[in-house]
Amino acid sequence: MPTEIIKTYLGSKNKYTKMEQTPTLETARKLGLLPEEFDQIKEILGRNPNFTELSIFSVMWSEHCSYKNSIVWLKKLPKDSPRMLAKAGEENAGLVDIGDGLACCFKIESHNHPSALEPYQGAATGVGGINRDIFTMGARPIAQLNSLRFGNLETARTKFLVKGVVKGIGDYGNAFGVPTVGGEVYFDDCYEINPLVNAFSAGILDTKNPPARATSYGVGNPVFIVGSATGKDGIHGATFASEDISDKSTAKLPAVQVGDPFQEKLLLEATLEIIQTGYVIGIQDMGAAGIICSTSEMSAKGKHGMRINLDLVPMRQPNMKPFEILLSESQERMLVVIQKGKETEIQRIFDKWDLHCAQIGEVTNTERLHFYMGGELVADVPAEPLVLGGGAPVYYREYSEPAYFKEFQKFDIQTVSDISEAEISEVAKFLIAHPNICSRAWIYEQYDSMVGTANTSTNQPSDAAIVNVKGTNKNIVITVDCNGRYVKSNPEEGCAIAVAEAARNVVCSGGEPVAITNNLNFGNPYLPEVYWQFVGAIMGMKKACEKFGTPVTGGNVSFYNQSTPKNSSGGVENAVFPTPTIGMLGLLEGVENKMTLDFKENGDLIYLVGRSENCINSSEYLYSYRKIKGSPSPKFDLDYEYQVQEAVKQLISQKLIHSAHDCSDGGLLIALIESAMPRGFGFSINTDQDFRKDAFLFGEAQSRIVVSISPAHQIKFEGLLEDLDMDFSFLGTVNKGGILEVDRREIMLMSVAKSLFFSTLPNYLA
Amino acid sequence: MKFGIVVFPGSNCDEDMLYTLTAVMGQKAVKLWHKDHDLQGCDFIILPGGFSYGDYLRSGAIARFSPIMTEVSHHAQRGGYVMGICNGFQILVEAGLLEGALLRNHNQKYVCKNIFLKPAQTDSLPTKKLNPKNTYQIPIAHGEGRYYASAETLRKIEENGQVLFRYVSATGNADEASNPNGSLNNIAGISNIGKNVFGMMPHPERASDPILGNTDGKNILESLLS
Repeated sequence: MPTEIIKTYLGSKNKYTKMEQTPTLETARKLGLLPEEFDQIKEILGRNPNFTELSIFSVMWSEHCSYKNSIVWLKKLPKDSPRMLAKAGEENAGLVDIGDGLACCFKIESHNHPSALEPYQGAATGVGGINRDIFTMGARPIAQLNSLRFGNLETARTKFLVKGVVKGIGDYGNAFGVPTVGGEVYFDDCYEINPLVNAFSAGILDTKNPPARATSYGVGNPVFIVGSATGKDGIHGATFASEDISDKSTAKLPAVQVGDPFQEKLLLEATLEIIQTGYVIGIQDMGAAGIICSTSEMSAKGKHGMRINLDLVPMRQPNMKPFEILLSESQERMLVVIQKGKETEIQRIFDKWDLHCAQIGEVTNTERLHFYMGGELVADVPAEPLVLGGGAPVYYREYSEPAYFKEFQKFDIQTVSDISEAEISEVAKFLIAHPNICSRAWIYEQYDSMVGTANTSTNQPSDAAIVNVKGTNKNIVITVDCNGRYVKSNPEEGCAIAVAEAARNVVCSGGEPVAITNNLNFGNPYLPEVYWQFVGAIMGMKKACEKFGTPVTGGNVSFYNQSTPKNSSGGVENAVFPTPTIGMLGLLEGVENKMTLDFKENGDLIYLVGRSENCINSSEYLYSYRKIKGSPSPKFDLDYEYQVQEAVKQLISQKLIHSAHDCSDGGLLIALIESAMPRGFGFSINTDQDFRKDAFLFGEAQSRIVVSISPAHQIKFEGLLEDLDMDFSFLGTVNKGGILEVDRREIMLMSVAKSLFFSTLPNYLA
Repeated sequence: MKFGIVVFPGSNCDEDMLYTLTAVMGQKAVKLWHKDHDLQGCDFIILPGGFSYGDYLRSGAIARFSPIMTEVSHHAQRGGYVMGICNGFQILVEAGLLEGALLRNHNQKYVCKNIFLKPAQTDSLPTKKLNPKNTYQIPIAHGEGRYYASAETLRKIEENGQVLFRYVSATGNADEASNPNGSLNNIAGISNIGKNVFGMMPHPERASDPILGNTDGKNILESLLS
């Protein structure tokens, strides 16, 4: 240990920095703490905290770090399967065995609040943060996704946010060199003030080397801070993410961090190299709550303490106060504890990559964190009480059904007149060009989707992205899904649908669903109606994950996606749609077994697997075309969904189908157009007299998959589904003319559909 | 032929190029570290894509000062083969080994998508094995790929047959609609006058492995072996 650290320790025993004044309850309140939490802190310390210590508790006990308002419900989610190597909450990200000595590490995380104020940096640092969670485990990220929500595309604010967020994700992810292979984006007025920016990353590691862990032990082992220097950016970012956005929020701009993808790329390479040495005891990235979060979480897990000299932290600017150094959320940093005596090995690797690598302290047996600065002890706190699962508060929040729920259930389809034959074309054109359905090319062409030469979906698209694990015949199949409108209509069913749709996308791509990560975006948890949405969503996720055998490996809770506009109650109606985004990992052995969504041959037969329903609930058609905002969630039966997916798996494995694409936003007709578009085909299909035309063509009842087959396979195909007792119906045929026909009437040309599909986003955002 | 792929801090297509040359094409290839001065006996030096030094200041502007670039320049001056792809092309231009400049795309946006290329001639190493009547579908991924040169330089490189590839439509027309970044004369790749230093913005290595569903780029890489 450098002599200056020792000197500091010796010279400062039991001395506390004199604070300007002892913090009061009022100070605590300003830092976002409740009165009872302030009392609890005094009890834990056995004295009044100084300002630095109070700041420490305020960030560590913020929702963002402690999950204090969500953990009791999160614990109800299934966490286990034979494939789990690291379970939810145990490490920086979940770890799933994918066979043959390989594991996949994946996670999703939100950066909603920063993106609402500074979309470019907010989104960029979201990408940086999630990737650090992956490579701090020793896994090399191979693919990224993102899930975005914005307000009305007509408004200047939304255009500003979309452009900034997309450029932020692109600039960071592109330079970092990991492909962005898919994602989703929805627009709705409810996200006008609070956009959602959820970033997903998946990495691969070799299980021969045990994964790096977020722990700390071994008295005397050196503690290093590596990567970027520490500045004043992002201080109290975690606290900021734990409150509603208001007109005062721009005053929190310093709470937004600034990203540097070049540093992150170097940090990735250096981190993987040091983990390879085997000398790393523990490592954790510095995201929310910076140094204090990493030191306390690693120490609590390893049941040790740390002595840290803040003077040794490489700093970007002079005169930083202790609390600023401890709470700074400067990006591209890691805390590393290594075996004593291996300091030069680690230093050599960071020198190679031209990165800071500074020893700032050592591991102690105290189970407390002692921070020194300028020769004085500036904070002395126990590790365990700071962290989730330790002494951080846990709350059971009250919840109650919002009044809108019963209102939505009253919707009666009979009050909406069916569309005429002539109207089919009009509705189809409206939907194909709708911002929630149209092509996302304007967005994804700004992302490098091909670096790594492993994205097999570029030239052969599927419902989920299929990414090859280089050097093997294995592929990860990944998708992010959530229709917040469904979840608002019915949190339990809507969230179960989100899991089911993710699984359906994986299955339609030829994959086997394996596990999920979740990003729970909700309003203010102190509102019982919002909390009711949260509880319902968890219960829906639980039952669906149990059905598909896909445990929750971890994720992120983002509350307070809620604004308090002037002249409003700030109630559940000012919250975003409850949006529990599901990121699913699936596996596909053998890329030759993948399934794609595009029609392949003129004359192929088109079938619907699953059954049609007289249901237009919560469809884009009902919500946007008919402008009826309140209705129940779409028809959905979890057991039936599972059977449909099992049937499609068999159709794929027996090579009986040429394409598979699920019916989701916009319903059956939109699914057909999307399947016909890539190769410029048309189709001719017939509706069914037993169903309303709007429900048959544009309803969003779940568990329906459009497949195309060669006429030569018709008997086998039908035979297999009959044997499985699975519903199916013949819809029509694929044609090469590029004409879209329903009941022998031309509804539009593929060229028209294409131009509508591709022009919406450029028209708004050019 | 032994290939050497230079790894700069921030390179991110180095691994893809190594994989394509070795696992897909069965060639000998090694990585060369930017701080070294040793080309390890390589015959053909490749500067891969990525964001060397974060592309801060200007793409390629810092990387050209990396120690290994002295050796790469000497290799080129001795007539050795050097090829820059994407960021590598930008570095070669900054290093003065290729003429012209690569400016910010005309729409000010980074763009990643498949485009079509057509060889401008077939008497350079990268185009030798190509069919001049064919179009080749190859991905691009860059924010600064708009080829620019003075009128005099442009005339000279056109006359000398230094243009390797042009952006074209699927049917082979070098029109404005097929130009993804505003490059002069739809130029996607050029060589030096000695025809031993090559630069191109599109990524042939991203269209070589059959699992990607497009192997048009392999034709270009195979041409290098002739």
